[in-house]
Amino acid sequence: MTVNESLAQLSNGMVYTSMVVYAGSFLGFAASFANGRGQQDESEAARGSVASTKRNTVDVTNAASVSGAGATATLTKTDPDDEAPLPPGRRAGNIAMSLMWLATGFLLISVIARGFSAGRAPWGNMYEFSLAAALATAIVFLILSIKHDLRWLGVFVVGAILLTLGAAVTILYTESAQLVPALKSVWLVIHVLAAIICGGAFTIGAAVTGLYLVRDRAEIRAAKRGDGSPVDGWLASRVPAAERLDTMAYRINAFVFPLWTFAVIAGAIWAEAAWGRYWGWDPKETWAFITWVIYAGYLHARATAGWRGRKAAVICLVGYLAFLINYFGVNFFASGLHSYAGLN
Amino acid sequence: MSTSTPGAPEAGAAVQDSTEDLSAGLGTVPVNDLPPDSMKLGFVGWSRWMWRQLTSMRTALLLLFLLAVASIPGSVLPQRPVDPARVTQYLSDNPGVGGVFDRLGFFDVFTAPWYVAIYLLLVISLAGCIVPRTRLHWKAMRAQPPRAPSRLKRLPEYESWEVSSDGAGQQTLDDTAALLRKRRWRVRTQEFDGTSGWVSAEKGYLRETGNLLFHISLLGLLLGVAIGGMFGWRGQALVIEGESFSDTITQYDTFSAGNLVDSADLPPFSFTLNDFRSGFQAGGEQEGAARLFEADVTYRSQPGAEPEEKTVEVNDPLVVDGAKAYLVGHGYAPVIQVKNAQGQVIYDAPTVFLPIDGNFTSNGVVKMPDNDPQLALQGIFAPTAALDDQRGPHSTFPAADDPAVFFSAWKGNLGLDDGIPQSVYKLDTSELEQIGIKGLRPGESWTLPDGSGTVSFTGIKQYAVFDVAYDPGKLFALVASILAILGLMLSLFIPRRRVWVKVSAAADGTSSSTVEVAGLSRTDEAGLKPAVADLATDVRAIAPPATTPTPGDPTDPDGKAH
Repeated sequence: MTVNESLAQLSNGMVYTSMVVYAGSFLGFAASFANGRGQQDESEAARGSVASTKRNTVDVTNAASVSGAGATATLTKTDPDDEAPLPPGRRAGNIAMSLMWLATGFLLISVIARGFSAGRAPWGNMYEFSLAAALATAIVFLILSIKHDLRWLGVFVVGAILLTLGAAVTILYTESAQLVPALKSVWLVIHVLAAIICGGAFTIGAAVTGLYLVRDRAEIRAAKRGDGSPVDGWLASRVPAAERLDTMAYRINAFVFPLWTFAVIAGAIWAEAAWGRYWGWDPKETWAFITWVIYAGYLHARATAGWRGRKAAVICLVGYLAFLINYFGVNFFASGLHSYAGLN
Repeated sequence: MSTSTPGAPEAGAAVQDSTEDLSAGLGTVPVNDLPPDSMKLGFVGWSRWMWRQLTSMRTALLLLFLLAVASIPGSVLPQRPVDPARVTQYLSDNPGVGGVFDRLGFFDVFTAPWYVAIYLLLVISLAGCIVPRTRLHWKAMRAQPPRAPSRLKRLPEYESWEVSSDGAGQQTLDDTAALLRKRRWRVRTQEFDGTSGWVSAEKGYLRETGNLLFHISLLGLLLGVAIGGMFGWRGQALVIEGESFSDTITQYDTFSAGNLVDSADLPPFSFTLNDFRSGFQAGGEQEGAARLFEADVTYRSQPGAEPEEKTVEVNDPLVVDGAKAYLVGHGYAPVIQVKNAQGQVIYDAPTVFLPIDGNFTSNGVVKMPDNDPQLALQGIFAPTAALDDQRGPHSTFPAADDPAVFFSAWKGNLGLDDGIPQSVYKLDTSELEQIGIKGLRPGESWTLPDGSGTVSFTGIKQYAVFDVAYDPGKLFALVASILAILGLMLSLFIPRRRVWVKVSAAADGTSSSTVEVAGLSRTDEAGLKPAVADLATDVRAIAPPATTPTPGDPTDPDGKAH
């Protein structure tokens, strides 16, 4: 089967188009972030007051019915989004979010076109893997953003996506082509797709964890001052409270860990079918194992007194580093059976 | 790995300060004793203390990181079991540091004593955690949910409302209990005694079950690996087109087996390689990249059995008699014929040439020790031949589009009579004299310049390299892995929750009573809040609030109008 050149060109064009739109989104998120000082704390406070308002209302209701007098409580629900002027940076953040959806649509078209041009799963070499990983990162973020306000995180995620795409089109670019026989397997779809989704989610988990460390330090500083002044620090004052970041990072990583376990096991099943052994300590396998062990350590650390919080967060970042080494380092520097990068 | 469910901090911490420990038993983390403060503990005491240290979470964490760090040299340095030639190369390139690494076992990390020690300690730590936790979980699963705490208001999720006294009492508790039971909660009820009564319910025992399943499955996985290591074997064999292979140890180029394998008793299958096809990318950026490998074989599961056909591909091994034959490599075997000075054929065979680059420039040797004088040929085979000053004869494409063999002929003493084993792919030229060199295309012959014979290049065959492996532990390992993922998902995604519904008569004797709904989760999961709110809604339907919602109540859509 030959390669469909026009689809391959469409794919290349769409990558560049998406990068331009992502760049716009990045600027929007950056403007939104720069203007967002203290906003997360305010919305946190607003959430808290809504909750306490509710509690009070219930109590008042009770009191009213106990007295039987039908006293008219005039507590009204306050909606922070209601008719108030948009806080600074909000519009830029909204535009950035829309641009990100658009750019992700372009990238999705690019990946699909790439797959159809060669008639196979569109992740047969490192260039394609990088496009797909950037796409996965964007999709994980966008899905999370449907339920949560993540505009404060956008600048970091879109930044990581732009870096990945930039590296893909400059260093890693490979023409659309058929696969080597070793990759012709249904496990290419299963094992690599799982690894790609893990890459996207690990990236977001690590970004949130990094911000947690910054914010947590600032909160400790603020607590030491003891004068009730708000959290300072350029970064720290623009992101949610440390506890919320920590919980969010945990949820993402707890979601990825079983998927990563699955990716490794699917890889082992494929290795058994292709090479006659399910585990052979090939460098890629070794680093997948190291990554797994560190993230397992992270999950255990979160349940261990004295390790929760900052130490667990550092372990998470080390785990992400191991993931990056496995993805980039092993392909470039180690010789092993996973030599599919398409690099010479 | 003595641990609670990995990851989630215990939400119970928030209410730990209160007089009651409401989260007791929600997890089954064994409480670690403090180290002994006295030297009088004696042997048993110290052993117990050491055991507790070993099975503590902190030690497990440390061992996990040691395992990760210890694995790194295995990915950075060449490993003997994977590629012994590269280890030899590394040792000759780095004599000083290489020797130190070698003594430390860095060239075979994953069987080095220190590596084995780390994972054996982890296994012990794991077992030392699983056993007591299984016992505790077993008890917890058969125990009743805990009594309702006296002040539910302290719990993280809480709602309450007033009902008229005839609306709330034992009936409310019974209906609530029935509702919770129907939703598969474990329920315990305290009868309404005129002043108060409650329903206590717990759910999510599968979380800890999954946690234990995950950790037990890891042990199962290791067991599968161990079974494979003891009873499994693997070998590599090179088969030329038209030739056969039978599964006996002498036919293997390399063979390794577990301690408990009787190498004389391998399954007696055999196969013939009828045809090998290869295809390569022509043109484009990835020119020469492999695109197709197919090996047509005829196999018999035992001598005398019906022959069967199979096309073996890279991801599609030949499965026969419990063993699997994988296609792992290929190359060219030029058919070479040599006649001596008298015109007698002294050599006529396809000769295996080993590839030295991606375009299959290959080296091979023919030794003719029975001739007098002894003769030898060194050859460079190029499937698509080219010749230049820098690289000499070489190939520019892996397919046999324009093949040629470049021969170098030698005579003299091959050195085979010293009793020192020689590689069939290498020629010791120290006692040989070069006769001449010549490039031949298929069908061409070369009369050696000194008249000692004629060399003909009569044709080309391909050969395929097969790894044959038998691993009786791998199904075990696969099942254990699948159970591990299942357990992991249960332990991470199933919430363990407790809820309480309490009905109390008003202390002042008025004709009203209070209904309280509260919940607690072992993990800081987001789902508790809506779950408690939903339960409260359902209980409100059972025991409706005494009055219509007061203006200002957030559930009242018209509240804002006032």
